[in-house]
Amino acid sequence: MAERCTDNATTPEEEKFLDATKLGRRDFLTALGVTAAGYLTGCSAESREAFFAKRFLELSPSELDLRLKRLRDSAAVKYGATVDVSATPAQPGVLFGYALDLSRCVGCRRCVYACVKENNQSRDPQIQWIRVLEMEKEKGIDLEHANPYYNPDTVPDPEHFYLPVSCQQCRTPQCTQVCPVGATWQEPDGIVVIDYDWCIGCRCCMSACPYGARHFNWSEPTISPEEVNPKMHALGNRMRPRGVVEKCTFCVQRVREGLYPACVEICPVGARKFGNLLDPEGEVSRVLRDKRVFVLKAELKTDPKFFYFYGL
Amino acid sequence: MNDLDGGKPDERTQTDPEFTMPQSRALIPMLVVAALAVLVILLNITGAKPVLAPVGTAADRAFSPKDFAAVFEEQARIAASSREGKDGLFPVPPPPFNEDLYPCSTCHDEKMEVNRERRELSFHDDIVLHHDEANRWCLDCHDGSNRDRLHLAGGTLLPFEESYKLCGQCHGTQFRDWRAGIHGKRTGHWNGDKQYLLCVNCHNPHSPHFAPIKPLPPPVRPQFLRSAHAAVADAAPSDAITKESSDGRTMH
Repeated sequence: MAERCTDNATTPEEEKFLDATKLGRRDFLTALGVTAAGYLTGCSAESREAFFAKRFLELSPSELDLRLKRLRDSAAVKYGATVDVSATPAQPGVLFGYALDLSRCVGCRRCVYACVKENNQSRDPQIQWIRVLEMEKEKGIDLEHANPYYNPDTVPDPEHFYLPVSCQQCRTPQCTQVCPVGATWQEPDGIVVIDYDWCIGCRCCMSACPYGARHFNWSEPTISPEEVNPKMHALGNRMRPRGVVEKCTFCVQRVREGLYPACVEICPVGARKFGNLLDPEGEVSRVLRDKRVFVLKAELKTDPKFFYFYGL
Repeated sequence: MNDLDGGKPDERTQTDPEFTMPQSRALIPMLVVAALAVLVILLNITGAKPVLAPVGTAADRAFSPKDFAAVFEEQARIAASSREGKDGLFPVPPPPFNEDLYPCSTCHDEKMEVNRERRELSFHDDIVLHHDEANRWCLDCHDGSNRDRLHLAGGTLLPFEESYKLCGQCHGTQFRDWRAGIHGKRTGHWNGDKQYLLCVNCHNPHSPHFAPIKPLPPPVRPQFLRSAHAAVADAAPSDAITKESSDGRTMH
């Protein structure tokens, strides 16, 4: 053993030679540090922000301003659109809930396209956050045999009913728990959001979501400049890059300003209800109190804040 | 000895080329058939057309909201027609009057005789009454003495803007839900000013059941999603993303 160890040791002559030729570890690290520090102090604050690209929740107010500016600029460069990106925080005392009247929904898919328009979803490859499932009245709710591709001349079909599914905004979301980098979380107002700058695109959240509500940008999303909705939120409908996951945010850019989500505004039969669950007189609170309500896959204990009810 | 005799023919089959030839000749047509079968299967798999044929509907084109501009314009028009709310009244857009006919009193003045008979109408022939038509007729809701008003069962006159009170006489549960925001449609602010639609903004009062409508197109089926994007990628081959998608490594 001892003999083998001495094999690797260098003779004093060899050591002298190596010292003369190699850069010491300490010197190398010092040089590297000085170069990096010089570069970072020399460059603009925006490039510094882009270089470090901290997590959204850890941004200081000044860094947040830089982040929003960067998002605005990149939208202008990439899509040729002048946009306004906000980061409006959750209002205190608000927990958003949603209710959908299955006895009213006619399956016309107006909500699907209003959502695409409002939330700047990729036109090609197509991404749609709302999926309307057609089911047979005789069989009742049967998610496994539901048909999202129905296309009759007119709806509602007398033999079928329709169940639109999007993010269920769970109180105990599985998607946020499996994210290995903490790029998705539940906001104080109950909206589950994604930090598109922090998402690594591993799609663990997509496999964890029991509702198929998360969608992946397999390639760079495309939207023509005139179709871009310029009113954006940093955690919602702002432009997404390739390789990140996205999903319904209850139109965070609208609801934090007090507006109804786009799907509620477009629904021609008034099947969609939205409100503050903490307000006993809010629409959704009234639905929960007065109507026959259920949630999808209640046995999974995800505790959705998206309720389905029968208004009739 | 028997063993030795039996061993001799076995040895011959392995060594004598003339004896083995017929066997290999029989293999050739079999191999040709197998190769053809493999070729056919490969052609099917690599063919440009997707193997999975769509069931029922096409769903092979990605539609965009701009293809349905009229739907969104209609929504914007309703939202813009919002009015200021007064005390005790719900802010509602004006009822969908026929501008050519209203006010009704321009024709239905004092000179015109009030006719309560159930009959085929000579003027309002576009109205089809399909709303408890066995028991209702015009003047059960419209007021005979003041045609610009409606009236409740007790005779109280109502302007057309408050027609929800008239509907609520019979449809009490819907009226209760409407006031709570459960029935009908609200637009505006979830925590502030909101606009209600009147019953008649959605339901035709003479035929209140919703008419069926054309659904907007279905989502693109996954197999078309990929080929549709590859077609776009071919149009712009310089893009780094499109290179990856055209060689089939990325799924869409």
